[in-house]
Amino acid sequence: MTYRLVVNGEPAEVGVPGMRRLLDVLREDLGLTGTKEGCGEGECGACTVLVDGEVVVSCLVPVCQVDGSVVRTVEGLAVAGGSALAPLQAAFLEAGGAQCGICTPGMLMAADAFLAAGAEPTDDAIRGAIAGNLCRCTGYTKIVDAIRLAAERRQAGAGAA
Amino acid sequence: MHVEPPVGSPRSLEEAYGLLASAPHRPLAGGTDMLVQLTGELGPAPERVLDLWRLDELRGIRVEGGALEVGALTTHAQIRRSEACAAHAPTLVAAVATIGAAQIQNRGTIGGNVMNASPAGDTLPVLLALDAVLVAGGPRGERSIPAVGFWPAYRSTALAPDELLLRVRIPIVDGRRQAFRKVGTRRAQAISKVVLAAAWRRDPAWRDVRIAFGSVAATPIRATAAEAALEGAPPTAASIDRAVAALLAELRPIDDVRSTAAYRLEVSGRILRRLLEDAS
Ligand SMILES: Cc1cc2nc3c(=O)[nH]c(=O)nc-3n(C[C@H](O)[C@H](O)[C@H](O)COP(=O)(O)OP(=O)(O)OC[C@H]3O[C@@H](n4cnc5c(N)ncnc54)[C@H](O)[C@@H]3O)c2cc1C
Ligand code: FES
Ligand code: FES
Repeated sequence: MTYRLVVNGEPAEVGVPGMRRLLDVLREDLGLTGTKEGCGEGECGACTVLVDGEVVVSCLVPVCQVDGSVVRTVEGLAVAGGSALAPLQAAFLEAGGAQCGICTPGMLMAADAFLAAGAEPTDDAIRGAIAGNLCRCTGYTKIVDAIRLAAERRQAGAGAA
Repeated sequence: MHVEPPVGSPRSLEEAYGLLASAPHRPLAGGTDMLVQLTGELGPAPERVLDLWRLDELRGIRVEGGALEVGALTTHAQIRRSEACAAHAPTLVAAVATIGAAQIQNRGTIGGNVMNASPAGDTLPVLLALDAVLVAGGPRGERSIPAVGFWPAYRSTALAPDELLLRVRIPIVDGRRQAFRKVGTRRAQAISKVVLAAAWRRDPAWRDVRIAFGSVAATPIRATAAEAALEGAPPTAASIDRAVAALLAELRPIDDVRSTAAYRLEVSGRILRRLLEDAS
């Protein structure tokens, strides 16, 4: 079967079995290896991407269910044609929100959805937004700091504009 | 290796029934249970999959004929956002809020939770406590099955292989109160060690008491002896003592990877006692 999706703003067409995991379609068929596989069972959140703006674990979504959908992955975050880090990514660097990095693409996508929702960046709200993303390295505090920093800058930017 | 069985993606219920009649298919809703089972490690994969995701007629929440109706394909996230569910089935909202984190709640459906038939399925005790009715459809038409008889044995349901779950009907009862408690290892993404849902009226005696547990037996169950101990009794410490004693005598929990029988029994008694004290 042929499935059509829009990935990071670009139309993509893949001829693959419908039960292929979106994770495999992204990594193997489209060569977008930024999305990581941790557990393959929905538990760790490393494979988190956005489908039509909502966070999902791409290891549990078959491609037949995203035919016609808009998918956003970590490769879609960078700005200026991919040459500059998004403010969210810069905040992770600045706050030390990544160590080994395996959880980072999924954390960034969960954080991206949180920023887009425009909720008040309290500790509770941020921790709730990344509750489905496991990190073995950072102890989460610096990830929460990074997301708060990005959210505050975004609010300040919106206020100034 | 990840298994990729052939999949049909019907656009209407009629087309779905046609495919089911032509050959055995395993229905697929949000996939949060099924895709985990397709890793090839948990027994044979289905030969064919029937993807229900495009069947919008199975989505949505409405109040109709004195009942709250939730379409089988309604996601946990949609139930959490629903004012009708908050008003008429707050315990259902509380239960789905504990199912995984946002990633799981955006895809996982109530129909998948019901049909997966896990004794740890968090919405199942709620449906038992609220006297829910499960509406199934298939080549022979629609039929309604009360939740009490829906999970006859470990991981099985009352549906035939060529039937689909269409929706869940929860009767709206004046003056009914309800409560939900879940005990797991942590707040996000933890499968239950014990889950309790209860519903009742008070006049001021206990009336129409429903007490349902998950994770303590091979199927979700009603604690009928504890219910009977309360029914018609005044809301006193003595009636609560009698209900808890009846519960401890009727429950036969098991040891498994998530907990032990002794822990489950102890915790079941305590969470029921607290819930009844809060309700008195
Ligand atoms: C990380 C993680 C955490 C989880 N935590 C919890 C938890 O805390 N509590 C809990 O209860 N569950 C939990 N689950 C399990 C799962 O998310 C839920 O059971 C969910 O509701 C399943 O819904 P689904 O739509 O994804 O089902 P699917 O995987 O699509 O289907 C599940 C089963 O139901 C059948 N089915 C689905 N819809 C229909 C229908 N309309 N008619 C007939 N058959 C149908 C399928 O054939 C399949 O056998 C968790 C899962 C993961 C991966
Ligand atoms: S790889 Fe998908 S959740 Fe872990
Ligand atoms: S940085 Fe290593 S798992 Fe999060």
